Amino acid sequence: MDILKTLLYLFVYPGLLFLLIYSTFCEWFDRKLYARFQNRMGPMHTGQSGILQPIADIIKLLFKEDIVPEKADKSIFSALPVFGLAIVCTAALYLPVWHYCTKVSFNSFPGDLIVVAFLLSLPTLIFFLAGWHSTNFFATIGAVRVLTMLFGYEVPLLLALLSPAILADSWRLSEIAAFYQANPFLLLANILGFCIAVITLQAKLERVPFDIPHAETEIVGGVFTEYSGKKLAFFRLLSDIEMVVGAGLIATVFMGGFPGGLWWGLLNFVIKTMVIIFLLSAMRAACSRIRIDQMVSFSWHYLAPLAVLQIFIVIILKGFLR
Amino acid sequence: MEEFTVPIGPQHPALKEPISLRMTFDGEVVKHVDVRLGYNHRGMEKMAEERSYIQNLYLTERICGICSHSHTTCFAQGVEKLMEIEPPRRGLYIRTLVAEIERVHSHLLWLGVAGHEAGFDTFFMYTWRDREIVMDILESISGNRVHYAINTFGGVRRDISEAQKQTILDSLGLLKQRTEYYTDIGTTEPTFVARIKGVGKLSKELALSLCAVGPTLRASNVKSDVRKDDPYAVYNEIPFEVCTADTGDVFGRVVVRVNELFECYKMIEFMLKNLPAGDIAVKAPRRVKENEVVSRYEAPRGENLHYIKSNGTDKPERLKVRAPTLANYPATVEMLKGCFIADIPLIFAAIDPCICCAERMVELVNVKNGEASVVSFSDLKKLASVQYKKCGNKPEPISIAKQLQKIRRKS
Repeated sequence: MDILKTLLYLFVYPGLLFLLIYSTFCEWFDRKLYARFQNRMGPMHTGQSGILQPIADIIKLLFKEDIVPEKADKSIFSALPVFGLAIVCTAALYLPVWHYCTKVSFNSFPGDLIVVAFLLSLPTLIFFLAGWHSTNFFATIGAVRVLTMLFGYEVPLLLALLSPAILADSWRLSEIAAFYQANPFLLLANILGFCIAVITLQAKLERVPFDIPHAETEIVGGVFTEYSGKKLAFFRLLSDIEMVVGAGLIATVFMGGFPGGLWWGLLNFVIKTMVIIFLLSAMRAACSRIRIDQMVSFSWHYLAPLAVLQIFIVIILKGFLR
Repeated sequence: MEEFTVPIGPQHPALKEPISLRMTFDGEVVKHVDVRLGYNHRGMEKMAEERSYIQNLYLTERICGICSHSHTTCFAQGVEKLMEIEPPRRGLYIRTLVAEIERVHSHLLWLGVAGHEAGFDTFFMYTWRDREIVMDILESISGNRVHYAINTFGGVRRDISEAQKQTILDSLGLLKQRTEYYTDIGTTEPTFVARIKGVGKLSKELALSLCAVGPTLRASNVKSDVRKDDPYAVYNEIPFEVCTADTGDVFGRVVVRVNELFECYKMIEFMLKNLPAGDIAVKAPRRVKENEVVSRYEAPRGENLHYIKSNGTDKPERLKVRAPTLANYPATVEMLKGCFIADIPLIFAAIDPCICCAERMVELVNVKNGEASVVSFSDLKKLASVQYKKCGNKPEPISIAKQLQKIRRKS
């Protein structure tokens, strides 16, 4: 029975199948919101209100010609999209969605917060390698920008994720979530950290105003310039799933997780991640792209000090609570 | 990192038309820029020599899709001077009215493009949505959205009715309101201002010595506008200010353009309210006696210049067009030096480039030794057949009609 449940967990919910479907839904939701913010209609024709458009896009890409540049390292160039997709799908397994159990298992153990944060920073490395191995000028510039940006947002994001963990006195996602379900008012203490986490998640997902590594008017497609067909489809899926996992991580840590077993947990997950995606879309619509130097100085001048301030607040609060 | 050269264009997402900017980078900083033109040459000037004046009026309209009225007005003004006819005042008012509405549409379009180049797509979508109002006004006046075909020698082709006047005045109110909003966003939105402030600096002295024109020149604090300096049509009767900015960067160019929008609204309102009665056109002769003329016109992008030489027939002997974009290239090269890769599209877009308008020749460059040469079409054909032979093919006498037939059969 346990094996069956594990298999279900890995492949159906919240594993591969659910992730694929929900991430494409989130892409549609994001696109539709972004379009409505811009006074456009967004996807309209595939399915009800264009809800199947992202799936149609991916299917279309799967059938497109797949070109590998002559000078590129073929094996690495082809392997990177698969690796990237595997990494973000693995990261999704650690979100405390269904298994709301207290016992330690393969996907819930002390320190899984750090594991998810680490797994979420690996796609950045994948993007860098993808750009670097494309041997294209625009891709190389994009690759360098990906790494430069990593130094900007990674530290504030980690610091922001740490503060709720410190207050909950645990490094385990399900325990952090359980702590805040028991004391929902303490969530208010982490408001600053929540804002920082959402902004840095936007940077991690490389969306406006942080879409510097693939700014189309500057460096064409950035790291994806040479990618086409199936590989590009994989990268797009990767970005979608990364968005879901990132939103899920923030929802777990800052919004009290997803209690209520299978069905209520699912509803919780969907609503909370959609709230975060709504914030991400609004940010995307309201800003213009900033320069790489502005991005790095912004995160070190504002985000990182504010994240440290958040940790101070939490430590002082913890002193009072004791 | 050592210096390396990268071709931006002829195909690049930031460029809506083909142009090659060969850039030498040192890391992310631009060291040197080499502008190469000639990818979009259409032989307009040669075509003009083979067409009659009235045909040329519609040909010059097609030089540019955005400032189409600018080119035809510039041409018509020159030819009217050669013909020694004076359009009636009502005709001139309508001509100027369309010119100013066109300026509104061009500047709104540019604002959107600037937003898009800075990655601010929401701004782009909003400005282009409201540009539709202007396009509708233009359609209601002329029946067309892009090539208005309102000009004729000796006046204009269509009159404006009282009802049309009222609808235009009504939509102007909405446009003004929207433009205030865009001024607010374009000059205060923090991420957008961070991208455009201090980018693409051009000092007053440099702008003057490099002969920049239009908003690019005015953003460097030079009060220069053909409408004021050398008034044509009815600009000496209409009250308006020449907008300038003292920052000399892309931000200044945004400020100049949004302020010009407000001036345009004022002028349109004035012209509609003071539209004189009378005819809209006088009859123009078909033949033009031998003479030459230079016609100046302030297009939305800057000073537009047409040189027309007549020889007594109904066709011009020579038409030379100096589009404003061409005058702004030398200044652009200076602006681009020392900027970041991320700023290239913004700085280049800030001159509001219309590349095909500025294409006047094609240069054949030998790739191997970099030698440039001028080759006639028949020589080019001979050269092609020599090359064809070299490849081991049996050269056939080349007939363009046959070639076309072959291609058609294949497809």
